[in-house]
Amino acid sequence: MAVYFDNSATTQVDPDVLEAMLPYFTEKYGNASSLHSFGSEAFAAIVKARKHVADLLNASPREVIFTSGGTESDNLAIQGAAFHNKGEKNRIITSVIEHPAVLNTCHFLEKCGFDVVYLPVDEEGFVSEEDLKEAVNSNTSLVTIMAASNEIGTIQPIESLAEIAKDAGALFHTDAVQAVGKMPMDLKNSHVDMISISGHKIHGPKGTGALLIKEGVKIRPLMYGGGHEWGMRPSTENVPGIVGLGKACEICMSKMTEDIQQMTDMRDFIIDTTLDSIDGVYLNGPRENRLCNNANFRFDYIDGESLILYLDMEGIAASTGSACSTGSTEPSHVLRSLGLTPIQCRGSLRLSLSRFNVMSEAEYFASVIPSVVEKVRAMSPLGDKKNAIRS
Amino acid sequence: MQYGPEVMNNIANPRNSGVMEDADGVGQVGNPECDDVTTVYIKVKDDIISDISFQTLGCGAAIASGSMITQMAKGMNINDAMNIEREDVAGRLGGLPEKKLHCSNMAADALKAAIEDYKKKSA
Ligand SMILES: Cc1ncc(COP(=O)(O)O)c(C=O)c1O
Ligand code: FES
Repeated sequence: MAVYFDNSATTQVDPDVLEAMLPYFTEKYGNASSLHSFGSEAFAAIVKARKHVADLLNASPREVIFTSGGTESDNLAIQGAAFHNKGEKNRIITSVIEHPAVLNTCHFLEKCGFDVVYLPVDEEGFVSEEDLKEAVNSNTSLVTIMAASNEIGTIQPIESLAEIAKDAGALFHTDAVQAVGKMPMDLKNSHVDMISISGHKIHGPKGTGALLIKEGVKIRPLMYGGGHEWGMRPSTENVPGIVGLGKACEICMSKMTEDIQQMTDMRDFIIDTTLDSIDGVYLNGPRENRLCNNANFRFDYIDGESLILYLDMEGIAASTGSACSTGSTEPSHVLRSLGLTPIQCRGSLRLSLSRFNVMSEAEYFASVIPSVVEKVRAMSPLGDKKNAIRS
Repeated sequence: MQYGPEVMNNIANPRNSGVMEDADGVGQVGNPECDDVTTVYIKVKDDIISDISFQTLGCGAAIASGSMITQMAKGMNINDAMNIEREDVAGRLGGLPEKKLHCSNMAADALKAAIEDYKKKSA
């Protein structure tokens, strides 16, 4: 059995998405800026895709800027807001739980002289409204808080955080790369000003994404060139990629309700059976307000990498947020921010689902995980000293 | 990150893994901070390592290194086995990623510690 439970890393391209894209590599290869029929064919395809993206996020097509992915969208939003307001407003507020696409952009801004505040999170990964209220001031140009965590699935109270930002006169951006398609997102009826999305997390092609910028919001572009994307993102459009992203959004929109139900059922089954069938296992992240496709555990006495390798041998692809701190990977900053020690972080396992997963795969996982854990633990010299080294 | 075929072979089928209750020498090394630990157990007859096993709480490279060092040392004279260098383990595994070298060092160091433990006990 081959089970892919690493959909937060990337997803399989939906066959319908691929089919929609292919003609734009072969016969419909025009440049959307050209006046001839090849050009207008490409232009029409982009218009249609833009509408699908906008519909999924309840935005208007004019608010959609196509980019090369989640990372670029985050950079455009954050650097764009920071540099547009530079001199007048120099504070940026984010959280410690963000993806590196946001965190490292903020680190760069610090080097540029901006004042960046990193809000802490509680033991389930939530940012507190009180902390944000304390941090925002009239010098704040942007608050950027992710909609949902790629590692532990925590869904932030984006709406109330955005309202706090608005009251202080700051823009609010959210990295919704993991949230989109797994929970409703609505730009229009919200205080959120900008939303980042990525194609490859929703069964679209890699290297595609969008930044939604609410009408009237002004930011500075990252690049200068032609007038594409209203000058916000110059470069000849990636027509096949944009068509693929549009199709992926269209499918997400039409299937979202049933997708969410299906993934929630599988997630709950995985969480319940794993916690019940194995000793010394804990859930990372919250039980409520959790992404419907995310389960993240930590196992006493296990190195996450070994767990992944042995699961892979059983045909299950998953990921870990950590390895030993002297090893290749620092323990995940997200798990550390929950207050976990490096030792506690090391045996972490993330399972992330998609609409292409089925319950029998979750059942297969449940049948395999106890013996895999037992096998790895039997190899550990600390097996009889569990309680001595663990909290 | 990717492991080579010899590393994967030793992860899939770790040789000589498990605790040895009646060992003549036990060596445990590790990094208590992140609790990487490798333990090597040996039985010695006429200065020859007649049996050997390992346990590890570590990554795939640590498992493969434990498996490899036990294969290398089995049947060896203890004084010769003391000369197994850290690099030899990674070498026999067909190389390890740079950041994983400390995992194979643990295996080599644990074997040395087990031999020293044996010598101390039998002195
Ligand atoms: C929360 C989050 N933000 C941003 C990104 C980056 O997206 P992309 O790979 O499209 O640049 C990812 C993907 O790893 C993510 O999970
Ligand atoms: S045991 Fe620490 S990374 Fe290998």
